[in-house]
Amino acid sequence: MQTEALTGGFTTAPTQAAEAFRAVMRAMARPGTVERITGARPPLPLSPAAGAVILTLCDPETPLHLAGAADTPAVRDWITFHTGAPLVDRARASFALGSWQALLPLTDYPIGSAEYPDRSTTLIVEMAQLTHTGARLTGPGIATAATLSLPDIAAFQRNAALYPLGLDFLFTAGDHLAALPRSTRVEGH
Amino acid sequence: MSDYNFAYLDEQTKRMIRRAILKALAIPGYQVPFASREMPMPYGWGTGGVQVSAACLTPNDTLKVIDQGADDTTNAVSIRKFFEKTAQVATTEETARASLIQTRHRIPEEPLTEDQILVYQVPIPEPLRFLEPSEVETRKMHALEEYGLMHVKLYEDISQHGAIATAYAYPVKVEGRYVMDPSPIPKFDNPKLSMAAIQLFGAGREQRIYALPPYTQVVSLDFEDHPFEASKADHDCDLCGAADSYLDEVITDDAGGRMFVCSDTDYCRARRAAGHIGAQGAPYEEATA
Repeated sequence: MQTEALTGGFTTAPTQAAEAFRAVMRAMARPGTVERITGARPPLPLSPAAGAVILTLCDPETPLHLAGAADTPAVRDWITFHTGAPLVDRARASFALGSWQALLPLTDYPIGSAEYPDRSTTLIVEMAQLTHTGARLTGPGIATAATLSLPDIAAFQRNAALYPLGLDFLFTAGDHLAALPRSTRVEGH
Repeated sequence: MSDYNFAYLDEQTKRMIRRAILKALAIPGYQVPFASREMPMPYGWGTGGVQVSAACLTPNDTLKVIDQGADDTTNAVSIRKFFEKTAQVATTEETARASLIQTRHRIPEEPLTEDQILVYQVPIPEPLRFLEPSEVETRKMHALEEYGLMHVKLYEDISQHGAIATAYAYPVKVEGRYVMDPSPIPKFDNPKLSMAAIQLFGAGREQRIYALPPYTQVVSLDFEDHPFEASKADHDCDLCGAADSYLDEVITDDAGGRMFVCSDTDYCRARRAAGHIGAQGAPYEEATA
């Protein structure tokens, strides 16, 4: 076992997790806004933002799927040591983490049921950067309209059409975070 | 050094509540089940709101707690002291200075901003519960968007009383999908439910969390020929003279004496401090304690 897995967690978990959750909540409540989230130093290729999201939300009760390049021994060790989250395939995942291409196709993940639409996967999508360009967003949490550099348009429109079922997305880049819940309506240009 | 973990709850419990809050924000108006914990206060005293607040608080927050609009009632004081002790957060009675407000049965009169969070204590989260006692059935009704029963209830109000008699916990429809109980706020507050702040609802005994993101479309149920009306006592506040705030009727003696005062104590105090005086009010004096 490499000692790298033992480092890079929250140093004062209760308050750092509270600050990190506030950032995640603000992002999810206001789709399109970009929040700063810090406190974690996960092994590459994970971004600090993705690491902080994992530390804040994952534990032994949340099966996690690692997609593509995110699925390395170092990342597995780090997540297992710091959260205890079981690493699973897509069909059983509460959370999934990876690049957009690695996470596809979206049809692999649970979207909830009519009685329990909350039992769906939250995807943590690693991005090169997050900017206020590209897709136009409207819906709950947005006063008029917002813009966000989404990796796709049609895929999110299909997801929104499933409402109230569907997947929810967190986008991470460096120490920045944005979110796109299923309730957001997405338009291209 | 406090003997409590920050904000009382253990970290795993907070993570579970936080995950429920995120799903609640993603599906506005849908009640997310959560594993409500025993709190050091009885059910009915705001255990749902307290757990949601505990999962949301950060050390930099300024907390305000109100019970029926008042900062100085037993429930509000005890919850405020609870978080002063377990989270060492700053507290205030001023609406504008608070970053997180926990409320029982009122929305503050002063409009909230994007930087604020409003946490409601909810006794019965299911708006259909008094019409259909079975959870299996009400869950199916939400899944199928089968809300005819609620409209029948409102119609029966009209046929019996000539108007929709529901005065509090008035049902709303969220983003055209879920019918939601806004908790027992007076229907006077319903138009404020579309606001800039994040609204979170916690029901401890019933183990449900639901939410309204900012600017969510919230419509009070009504009929074309009996439109929704936000009502209040037809009176001005006797202390501060406000004509636009929700009023409590206070019986002052056993000979029919009464006065109407703002239910939002901070709103009334601020108005009196600014020199407004109602019909039975005295000039404002800064409290000296």
